[in-house]
Amino acid sequence: MNQNEPFKALSKAAAPSALSLYGVTVSSRLLLGTALYPSPQVMTEAIRAARAGIVTVSLRREQARGRTGARFLDLIRALPVHLLPNTAGCRTAKEAITTAEMARELLETDWIKLEVIANDDTLQPDLFGLVEAATELNKRGFKVFPYTTEDLSAAERLVAAGCRVLMPWGSPIGTGRGLANPQALKTLRAYFPDLPLVVDAGIGAPSHAAAAMEMGYDAILLNTAVAKAHDPVRMAAAFADAIEAGRTAFEAGLIEPSDRASPSTPVVGTPFFDFEPPKPGGHRA
Amino acid sequence: MTTSTTSLLQIAVNGAALATAAETLADLVVEQGFGGTKVATAVNGEFVAERLRASTKLMSADRIEILSVRQGG
Repeated sequence: MNQNEPFKALSKAAAPSALSLYGVTVSSRLLLGTALYPSPQVMTEAIRAARAGIVTVSLRREQARGRTGARFLDLIRALPVHLLPNTAGCRTAKEAITTAEMARELLETDWIKLEVIANDDTLQPDLFGLVEAATELNKRGFKVFPYTTEDLSAAERLVAAGCRVLMPWGSPIGTGRGLANPQALKTLRAYFPDLPLVVDAGIGAPSHAAAAMEMGYDAILLNTAVAKAHDPVRMAAAFADAIEAGRTAFEAGLIEPSDRASPSTPVVGTPFFDFEPPKPGGHRA
Repeated sequence: MTTSTTSLLQIAVNGAALATAAETLADLVVEQGFGGTKVATAVNGEFVAERLRASTKLMSADRIEILSVRQGG
């Protein structure tokens, strides 16, 4: 045994279980976005540091006679990751369906991160358009990852439409406010105990991600908190560690919080250093 | 005889108006410099698969989208 790392084997044994999404097993529970990095180099280093198994990409207008998309695709294809294209910016089910079809042809994947956005201020999912698009995309053979809210009735309809992964928001995209409605997220987790649930959006700090993982969420999808950090590569590593720790903690079984204190150190055998025999006259010194 | 000028179609590609001599979507993709590039196409909001581009005739006022893969969250 290496004396400098005496507990390494133990720590390895504590690693959390793998994640399966639509039959694809990935060892990492961090799904990372590819936008907003200071450079393509920093992006690729952050993806490596995050140990991400899945990264998200978008579809955008190719510039006339440009090769911007081709260069980006070559860069991202060289990484050992699964690609999850999104329908970011789509405002209707029809737009999202068309975008999904285009993504399927370009990337040769039937995975789609389905976003149907209700308004520009909150980037809140339009749950009605989302269910409509998810229903059609499932019929067309897509594996849909819907970006939704923590709303239970929307979740039920998405599952009824054929979705086998749900991605509720933590808080609005890009806000970094963390889990705005933790109680509803717990309810959603409890209601769908066996469905892969990914918290997508609003995560600002590794502690937010760890909190969601400790609740039993299966994975975290984030982008801004890493890409806009002062050092995106180190922040990616911090998130990876927090997400792994949160999952391991969930699997290890967290204790129930209690209002009452209880000593962790055994009470039996407590020494009484303060004890002095009573002096004649009855008062302690 | 029709001159090439009169046969130009007025269409929009990725939100910009232009006149094209292309008769099909496949021709347009090449004319716009995307031949051999990984792009996906839609006409008037409907996806058109690559294998159907050659048989997709362009019409006046068509709105064409030519998309590629980009950074996304």
